Amino acid sequence: MRVSFLGTVFHRLAILAYLLFALFPLFWLVKVSVTPNDLLYSEGIRLWPSRTSFEHFRFVLENSAFPLFFRNSLIVATSTAVIVTVLASLAGYAFSRFAFRGRAWLVALMLLTQMFPLVMLVAPIFKMLTPLGLTNSLTGLVIVYTAFNVPFATFLMQSFFDGIPKELEEAAKIDGATQFMAFRQIILPLTLPGIAATLGFVFTAAWSELLFALMLISGNAAATFPVGLLSFVSKFSVDFGQMMAAGVLALIPACLFFLLIQRYLVQGLTAGAVKG
Amino acid sequence: MASIDIDNVRKNYGAVPVLHGVDLTIKDGEFIVLVGPSGCGKSTLLRTVAGLEEVSSGEIRIGGARVNERHPKDRDIAMVFQSYALYPHMNVAENMSYSLRLRRAAKERIASAVSNAAGKLGLEPLLERRPKALSGGQRQRVAMGRAIVRQPKAFLFDEPLSNLDARLREQMRAEIKTLHRDLGATSIYVTHDQIEAMTLADRVVAMHGGIVQQVGSPLELYDRPANLFVASFIGSPAMNLLKGTYDASGAEAGIVLPDGTRIALSGPYALQSGTEVTLGIRPEHVVLSPIDGLPARVSLVEPTGFGIILHLSVHDLPLIAFTLDRTRLQSGPTTAIAFPPEHLHLFDGAGNRVVRAN
Ligand SMILES: Nc1ncnc2c1ncn2[C@@H]1O[C@H](COP(=O)(O)OP(=O)(O)O)[C@@H](O)[C@H]1O
Ligand SMILES: [Mg+2]
Repeated sequence: MRVSFLGTVFHRLAILAYLLFALFPLFWLVKVSVTPNDLLYSEGIRLWPSRTSFEHFRFVLENSAFPLFFRNSLIVATSTAVIVTVLASLAGYAFSRFAFRGRAWLVALMLLTQMFPLVMLVAPIFKMLTPLGLTNSLTGLVIVYTAFNVPFATFLMQSFFDGIPKELEEAAKIDGATQFMAFRQIILPLTLPGIAATLGFVFTAAWSELLFALMLISGNAAATFPVGLLSFVSKFSVDFGQMMAAGVLALIPACLFFLLIQRYLVQGLTAGAVKG
Repeated sequence: MASIDIDNVRKNYGAVPVLHGVDLTIKDGEFIVLVGPSGCGKSTLLRTVAGLEEVSSGEIRIGGARVNERHPKDRDIAMVFQSYALYPHMNVAENMSYSLRLRRAAKERIASAVSNAAGKLGLEPLLERRPKALSGGQRQRVAMGRAIVRQPKAFLFDEPLSNLDARLREQMRAEIKTLHRDLGATSIYVTHDQIEAMTLADRVVAMHGGIVQQVGSPLELYDRPANLFVASFIGSPAMNLLKGTYDASGAEAGIVLPDGTRIALSGPYALQSGTEVTLGIRPEHVVLSPIDGLPARVSLVEPTGFGIILHLSVHDLPLIAFTLDRTRLQSGPTTAIAFPPEHLHLFDGAGNRVVRAN
């Protein structure tokens, strides 16, 4: 198809506009985090402060509980991402490849879990976790996040498995592989982009979850960073500089994570599997 | 190498029957082609032999041993898929050696088997490439190579050439035939292309609606089709089929066409006078401009280069004739035709071939 010059220009401009729109809040976050307190209000609407400093970062790292929140979040998000992805891979594979009794019911049930606003579930979950000693604990959070993320992650993984031709497994079985070997040696390597996407999706979801973290955790010991961010809001004022600095720090793991997996996200490994 | 026996195999998908009791005995080293229109159950039959589908009833034996309960990996067969199904994350050598690696064959044995197969198929320069860096024809060869490296009991092919262009298809067809001559492996080859069936097969199995219609050598199917389906499916341009009534009165038996034209048959058939029949004649057997023939109008002349296809109508009945005589290109709007009795095929009301009574 021939794309006209004007079309290309318009296309690029549209992307640029979108990027500006999407990235502006991030830019503002960074900007405020490096603005010294005395300039915060006097130069509030300038695009870049006349003087920058890292004093907020230093304060957050040295004088607040933020490193602890950060560690807690890292544990919770990583564990959730790994557990969910393993479960979702296995379940998604089964949904994609096997015909079994009750399959339609299971799918319907999983869809059902996605239909309720989470707020409705806060009270019952709190009730259930308290006697188990799972409130105020990272394990409790991991369990709750896993439960909420598995259905969607399973659908996601299933769609990736659906995209891999059945013949590849059949060829492997005829070549002498068991069902599990075919899964591990042929299908899994081809699903890496899907696994990366699922990991990333669940990680960010768990990383930024606020509602349950707020409800199930009290006190600093098991607080995750979204809860921690709120501690910069005191009764009388909001310490924007420190809050933004903490926010910038919180972005780092997510960025690193996506840098790590982006190779798999963009790679179309299945190209050339069957007739091209 | 081994023989394959397919014994009254039925296959239903839910309540839908797809194979209605297929019987077939394949001798050791034989090249069998399953041919039939799309959807007739060829792939399903092949997949039951491979173990990718379970049979609903019946038995499959490979080398005399019942394999119904065996997994594909324990049947020692190789299969070439229409889509090739090459492993995208492995290069050509790894694709070909996967089966041997799964069997933990010795390194030297793997290397020699791969280079041997690559040599046979002209794949040596491509061994390091991934499938996506190969052309369609090269991928097809890799799929073949993957099948031959491990010397299985039997080869199964499911339309392996249908994704190639015509020229390449012809070339690969010849290569498959040569390969079979060299390896002598028992093979079942599925295709909907009757030319492939005719050229490759020791025996052709014509299938329709999940039922085997006829089994025989390619020329048997061509010269003595068992029923109307085989008659019309095998051969291109297809056999002319004319409805008529059998008439045993008079000196010679004959067929009376709806318009009253009588076509003479050689000798009586085991039929009652007045039976509705279908008369068949291949286009190349229609004789043009005989001394006294039926008048025919020429409605279309199609030169194929090799010969000429003439679309005729005889008293409004459409008919196709094929000739190698190039002067027919200039033929006028009318001609005359005759049906030599020795080339006529007769089918009864149920579509089955009727033989001459002696
Ligand atoms: N998994 C399946 N479930 C239900 N019906 C199927 C399945 N596979 C094949 N069929 C049906 O079985 C019939 C034969 O299919 P197939 O063996 O693939 O035909 P062919 O290879 O001769 O074109 C078709 O009508 C097809 O719709
Ligand atoms: Mg098929």
